[in-house]
Amino acid sequence: MSRKTGHLLDIQNLKTVFETVRGNIRAVDGVSLTLNAGETLGVVGESGCGKTMLALSVMRLIPANGRIAEGSILFNGEDLLSLDEDAMRARRGRDIAMIFQEPMTSLNPVLRIGDQVAEAIRLHRRVSSAEALEMSVRLLEEVGIAEPARRVRDYPHQLSGGMRQRVMIAMAMSCRPQLLLADEPTTALDVTIQAQILNLITELTEKNNMAVILITHDLGVVAETAQKVAVMYAGKVVETADVEKLFRRPLHPYTRGLIESRPAGCSVGADGGSEYLKTIPGAVPSLYDLPPGCRFSDRCNRAQDRCRLAEPQLREEEEGHGVSCFFPVKNDR
Amino acid sequence: MASVLIDIRKLEKTYPLGGGMLKGRSRIVRAVDGIDLTVMEGETLGLVGESGCGKSTLARLLMRLEKPDGGEIVFRGRDISSLSPEEMKTYRRRVQMIFQDPYSSLNPRKTALGIIREPLDIHRIAGRKQNRETAAELMTRVGLSGEQAGRYPHEFSGGQRQRIGIARALTLRPQLVIADEPVSALDASIQAQILNLLKDLKKDFGLTYLFISHDLNVIRHVSDRIAVMYLGRIVELAEKDDLYRKPFHPYTRMLLAAMPSCDPGRSGQTVTIRGEAAKSDEEGCNFKNRCAYRIDMCDRVAPQLKAISERSRCACHRAGEI
Repeated sequence: MSRKTGHLLDIQNLKTVFETVRGNIRAVDGVSLTLNAGETLGVVGESGCGKTMLALSVMRLIPANGRIAEGSILFNGEDLLSLDEDAMRARRGRDIAMIFQEPMTSLNPVLRIGDQVAEAIRLHRRVSSAEALEMSVRLLEEVGIAEPARRVRDYPHQLSGGMRQRVMIAMAMSCRPQLLLADEPTTALDVTIQAQILNLITELTEKNNMAVILITHDLGVVAETAQKVAVMYAGKVVETADVEKLFRRPLHPYTRGLIESRPAGCSVGADGGSEYLKTIPGAVPSLYDLPPGCRFSDRCNRAQDRCRLAEPQLREEEEGHGVSCFFPVKNDR
Repeated sequence: MASVLIDIRKLEKTYPLGGGMLKGRSRIVRAVDGIDLTVMEGETLGLVGESGCGKSTLARLLMRLEKPDGGEIVFRGRDISSLSPEEMKTYRRRVQMIFQDPYSSLNPRKTALGIIREPLDIHRIAGRKQNRETAAELMTRVGLSGEQAGRYPHEFSGGQRQRIGIARALTLRPQLVIADEPVSALDASIQAQILNLLKDLKKDFGLTYLFISHDLNVIRHVSDRIAVMYLGRIVELAEKDDLYRKPFHPYTRMLLAAMPSCDPGRSGQTVTIRGEAAKSDEEGCNFKNRCAYRIDMCDRVAPQLKAISERSRCACHRAGEI
């Protein structure tokens, strides 16, 4: 546990920047988050909001033209940003693991899946290859793959998308990490497979008291799987709360707009009968071309002059409920 | 009394799998496995199913991008396989498609205006100048500005590109528009804009939609009637409200239970969601490997799509009793 704050993960004012031909951009622009063991935090946002880069920053797997410019990432009290690459590599995969959206590109197509899971194990533990393979079989069974002893000899292309994702989860779980980063783990999967994979993650979380950061664009997934939510927009966190509170009483106009523009599932008066959906006008801004002041101001129907002159900071507006807005929406849905 | 626009009868399409010289028997995939479906004029018929269910293949068959291996597609009383080349050209004006991927469905070397006017030029609807004006009007109608006419696809956002695709589908004033997952690739806040646009256009242009999606929330919002597909067959067909209130087929129930809802208080699923869709050469029901209600008969006999109530049809031996 962190000596200072007692959290498993404590991100303070993280800024991840990129230098590109078109200019410098801040993909993660001053993000602070905390997470405890056993908790699932949903990080939700649309394209370009920085949610994937946030996870890659925690893993210190940022692409070459980017760097972490500011902030700290405390994991068990230790700042991951102060570690050298060898020390980080020891933690990556063992204490903190990550699974990605496209299991086909995350798995090596020319290696049998048993060997890939075994490789993940042997990176961190001193076991023979025979032992590692045996452990692989058990792990595959744990993630719900039928006939695991036979399946270890399969290649990724012989597995369905859902099964490949289970293999990825097996690899991620192989060293019983304390923290799992799941970046859109079910977006590429059919909805009935999605439900099974999310159930699996929840099961493993409960069994191992694991902390999970679940990154998604899908509010429904967050509602069903997470206890806490952080909503991101254009590199910043605009709202954080417990999941019930967020859906019942979204304070930020963007969050409210997102929830209310969902067809059938989430609209006020959700009988699927409304003719037209409430929409948020405009589109997510390019990080190269942010509006002055609050990044959401050019799409916000509550924006005032103040919003265009200064950027609001994330602060606790109500108990356990943080929002980054000068004029938060103060009524229940 | 609305008339029948398209009548699909016992439609089949199979593809060979694997095979080749080194293997023995080559297997086939029954992508579309005996579909009976009518699309009524003026409605939005939702077609929902997961990967491998055949919905995209069905769309391509309707567009005559592929030819079926069995069955018929009857458009306003004419079997489209019997159309002459001239008549076929007319058919292509009547049935248009909006594609899922706004990135790969536009020619990157044409301007937005060029893409929208191309169908008009191909069908020689009017002269160059008139076609240009028609296309420009459509551009603004779908929410783009005239000054974007000379821009290329890569200069537009995903939502804007989808608008271009929609305008292109409407240039020939079709009667039926097949929308194949038109909002799946878009950000949530843009999805709502595009769905509203599609609703508007339907009214203004007097369109009939066949709306394909895997997203039950979207389907619920747009459809009048909904057909649920599984591994090449239609397993349930119902009016929108009926399907969500009282689903008959076990697969429909599994789909509805699997759908993430925005209600954090929703209690755990009462339907067990398990297994994966896997085609087999075996007889009987395609869903039997995942079905909680399987009986002997399901292994031997493939269920037919039958009326189960006044407005619903279901392909399950035990429909109504479970």
